[in-house]
Amino acid sequence: MRWEETVVEEATADKEDTSAPETVVQSSVPQPKDDFQEELVIRPLHSGDIYASFQFRTLWETDFMRGNKVSHYRLFPKSLGQVISKFSVRELHISFTQGYWRTMQWGQPFLPSPPGAELWVWFQDSVTDVDGTWKELTNVLSGIFCASLNFIDSTNTVQPSASFKPLGIGNVTDHRFLRYATLPREIVCTENLTPWKKLLPCGSKAGLAVLLKSEKLFHSSFHSQAVHIRPVCQDWQCKTTSWELRQTLNVVFDLHTPGQGKLEWSLFKMFSRTLTEACPLASSSKIYIDITDDPQGEQFEVSPATHLLSQAMVLGDRRTFSVYDLTQQITFGTVRSLNLLIRWKSSEDMLRPLLHAERYVAGYGLQTGEIHTLMYNNHPYRSFPVLLLDSVPWYLRLYIHTLTVTSKGKDNKPSYIHYQPSKDRVRPHLLEMLVQLPPNSVTEVTVQFERALLKWTEYTPDPNHGFYVGSSVISSLVPSIVAMDTNSTREQPLFSSFFPCKEESSYFMRVYTEPLLVNLPTPDFSMPYNVICLTCTVVAVGYGSLYNLLTRSFQIEEPSPGLAKRIANIIRKMRGVPPL
Amino acid sequence: MGLLSDPNRRRALISLLTRLNAPICVVCYMAGVAWFMGLAFEPFTLRTYMSENAMGSTMVEERFPAGERALGTGREFSAHKKKAGGMPVDWLVKTMQSRGLEVFTQRFSRRLPFPDEDKERYMVKGTNVYGILRAPRAPRTEALVLSAPCSPGDDNNQAVGVLLGLAQYFRNQVFWAKDIIFLVNEHDLIGMQAWLEGYHHTNTTGMDWSPLQGRGGSIQAALSLELSSDVVTSLDLVLEGLNGQLPNLDLANLFYAFCQKIGVLCTTQGKLQRNDWDSVSGYSHAVQTMMLMVMKQASGRPWGDHGLFLRYHIEAATIKGINSFRQYKTDATTIGRLLEGMYRKLNNLLERLHQSYFFYLMPSLSHFVSIGYYMPAFGLLALILLLRALDLWIQLATPPPRTEDGVADAEQMSSPGVLSVLTPLVISHLTGVALYTLPIHFQEIAVEHFPVSETEAVVLTAIAVYTAGLALPHNTHRLLTGRGTENGWKVLKLVAVLYLAVLLGCTALINFSLGFILALTLVPVAAFVTPDVPKALSAFIMVILSPACTLLFSVFLFQELQEMPVSFLDGWMLYLSVISQGILDHALYGSLVYPLVALLVYPCWLLFWNILFWK
Repeated sequence: MRWEETVVEEATADKEDTSAPETVVQSSVPQPKDDFQEELVIRPLHSGDIYASFQFRTLWETDFMRGNKVSHYRLFPKSLGQVISKFSVRELHISFTQGYWRTMQWGQPFLPSPPGAELWVWFQDSVTDVDGTWKELTNVLSGIFCASLNFIDSTNTVQPSASFKPLGIGNVTDHRFLRYATLPREIVCTENLTPWKKLLPCGSKAGLAVLLKSEKLFHSSFHSQAVHIRPVCQDWQCKTTSWELRQTLNVVFDLHTPGQGKLEWSLFKMFSRTLTEACPLASSSKIYIDITDDPQGEQFEVSPATHLLSQAMVLGDRRTFSVYDLTQQITFGTVRSLNLLIRWKSSEDMLRPLLHAERYVAGYGLQTGEIHTLMYNNHPYRSFPVLLLDSVPWYLRLYIHTLTVTSKGKDNKPSYIHYQPSKDRVRPHLLEMLVQLPPNSVTEVTVQFERALLKWTEYTPDPNHGFYVGSSVISSLVPSIVAMDTNSTREQPLFSSFFPCKEESSYFMRVYTEPLLVNLPTPDFSMPYNVICLTCTVVAVGYGSLYNLLTRSFQIEEPSPGLAKRIANIIRKMRGVPPL
Repeated sequence: MGLLSDPNRRRALISLLTRLNAPICVVCYMAGVAWFMGLAFEPFTLRTYMSENAMGSTMVEERFPAGERALGTGREFSAHKKKAGGMPVDWLVKTMQSRGLEVFTQRFSRRLPFPDEDKERYMVKGTNVYGILRAPRAPRTEALVLSAPCSPGDDNNQAVGVLLGLAQYFRNQVFWAKDIIFLVNEHDLIGMQAWLEGYHHTNTTGMDWSPLQGRGGSIQAALSLELSSDVVTSLDLVLEGLNGQLPNLDLANLFYAFCQKIGVLCTTQGKLQRNDWDSVSGYSHAVQTMMLMVMKQASGRPWGDHGLFLRYHIEAATIKGINSFRQYKTDATTIGRLLEGMYRKLNNLLERLHQSYFFYLMPSLSHFVSIGYYMPAFGLLALILLLRALDLWIQLATPPPRTEDGVADAEQMSSPGVLSVLTPLVISHLTGVALYTLPIHFQEIAVEHFPVSETEAVVLTAIAVYTAGLALPHNTHRLLTGRGTENGWKVLKLVAVLYLAVLLGCTALINFSLGFILALTLVPVAAFVTPDVPKALSAFIMVILSPACTLLFSVFLFQELQEMPVSFLDGWMLYLSVISQGILDHALYGSLVYPLVALLVYPCWLLFWNILFWK
């Protein structure tokens, strides 16, 4: 009964959805051609946790690369605009993540990111000194985001040849203009959140951003915030381009309760705020709640009752969402505040995501080791290729001749390998491989390494903690169950439209493995005094006297001359005559 | 060193050393033993203290409430264990999942080289179950392990109960910065070995295991829990691991600090600490505790499931609940609180445990002897070997007093050929190789021809090879070079003494206890054996001081120290089982004591035996 009603409602919703962009276009045409949308997706996860994904998109039809400087900013943050024009940035993607996305329990995220900080930038092909620009850019971004991005230098920067293609328009794929770096040790906290929130047109004063209170956001299992800047098409003909700034924030709340009852979640419980209005500058402000796993409403209870339904293709799957439009006054009801409440039951089994990866260091001792990367293809009958990118710091000296790729016990020859050996203290190893994953299999990539002995000033202040190796990146076109939407300009929810989709039968997916913590041989810094004393003693007493004994020849000395003779000799010396 | 560059004084020093060599050696030996015994005297030892700042005092508050419920879970576990006739895998998986952990299993199988009669196992098949509590907002780089063995019979059910109770309690806390792995391992050490090899993807001992599915990064510390009763009187801390490795002393300090804070009786080597160090009985108590630690360490076997972690540079210890019917009782809630406190402190670690000592002896839980204090005891014993070597060197270098018959002197002077030294060396080492390889390879033949079991066959073959080594031809040099020269045995002894010095020195650096015990018996042999001493008596003394008899005495002494004295016959049976366990430890976990004794110490001892029968 209920489903039928919602179908009817959905039909009306579709109508509204289709009518909405027209109004946006109409209203934005005479205006300074910029547009802001905000969106929150809430997805109850398989494991019983809850996933909230915020997306804020600012579109601006302007050209930063023109000769005359862009000086008038409205919605687009000026600090980022200046960065784009000063450093001739074509695309910029930066993410700060605290925690590791648990694919086995949570499925795929809308926007993947590795633990720590990740930065990748495509520069315009007009840039001559890419490394210099990159260095300056990282320092500027470090200031903007209050993060340690200034630690990005040549020893952790790579130029991937295939894994990171531009996501916006443009067909320059010369990877000389690409720089990629991760800082796996970066810790993300409120000091990074505040500058991120300041980039929003409404700040955290109105709209969805009022929910972003750090005391709740950092009381979670996973926290990731990102900024993506890229040029996109304005319309389907792609006559004009505009710049897109997308700010995303993903957070997973832990709802574990020991009992078996229904889990309960509400906006107020999670964010300690309710919503009262949309951001007045936003052309669209919506909340989506994923109810796909439960069409009959047996497990889910959403209140206030849903008005609109919408469907979208996300990650190879057709999902159904309840939609709350914050620009409509009716959404807030009579109390003038929206506090969504969901109750549902969860199961504890693990998921079998189509693509899944893990990584670990094998072996023991401080001399050698082996990095194992496992890639699972859980598709029952389709094999698909993946691009594996590994960036390993120079102090793990990879023995590339020990590289093996095996799936189902057989050798799996990669069809493409790009390897750039490291240079001590200058650049890291870069290994990129295109591997075909057979259906329903585990592919294991192993490579041995030797741990380098660092110079004593190169150790971190806490050398016994270990050294981090950033996540491997696995990029893939995964076979899709449903036909994907290839029309990128059609109006669709923001979360489903980030990675451009070129064909209907597959979708793009990126998976990050966990970073590694590797111990290097560490001298005992607390005992330099003892060591100095011991070596000095050994050298002075042991070596010195032994050397003395070995090199000298000993002879019996003549008995000392008598007193008279000595006096005579003194007198002879005074006279200048040779002694007796 | 001016002393040595002056020829007169050098001569005086040398003559002093040669003249007084024997008395100096005796004094050194006495001093070494006295020094060692003095280590247990409390004023000479240091109090333990926490070196690691991140685990500094009283920053955590223990609130674990659910001890009774944990014991209930333990009873449930025991019922399922009985029903399943082993590890109740399905029940454990379900229980851990309902507590919010990521649960994985690992199957393993291992065929022992020969049946283990102590634990009655030969073909071992089992499953480890472990659940990972993922720390919020941690990138899976660091982990802590809490393990409890699933033992046959009624043992350790309470440990599994407490483990599951802690898992449930820990799951609801928000402060974890490291993943916590709750592991229930079957077949105690074999299961632990399989899990650790799977986790680190190594295979050192040829075991079959299925690869692990989930990991938590590099393991920072581990505790193994053994509880067999609902109420315990005290908790015993076991530190000795594989090959005499010890965890960082801070782990012991942490345990001691929390026992003090919560008010739990704690012991080490099963002995409480006493305050009356100045009385004779108090001192002898400390000596007993320390001697037990020395003997356990010298055995080179893991004395708890934690022992295998140490190979991977993971600090680990076993906590055993002891129920001896004393007045003082501790319930499961208190034990849970103790573990909670320890894990919260370990969770605070910013670096690996490295601040405190790795080489130490403990005469009681609150006092320790560091490497700097105990090494002189060994050094004094090793000095004897160097003095003897110096003496022999001088004897070889200075010409003997001239007699009228110059020709005979010249022959005496001629240095012995390389062969006369090399041959005994090679022969004794081949005997050692035989002792190392034959027992396991010949077990089937032995079982066919003699009415013994496989295990007995292995042990008896080992003893037979050992004894046969004594009867080997000792005067091979006579075949090669005619009759043995006076200098011949001196050169051989010089080589043997230096060999022993290097061997013991290296052993003592890795495993002080083993080195010291071997030095105690081998150094007198090495110092005073010559072909000129009375044969029968010296042969008897040498056999008494040989490595095999040292082991026999150690078995009796160990039982004595544990206050469980045995009759001679029981002791002999125990001795046989200790030998078989030693060989098994080598085959299963890679313990190095058996190969060390068979391949190096025994041949070295044979060289001295050779010298005794030099003609």
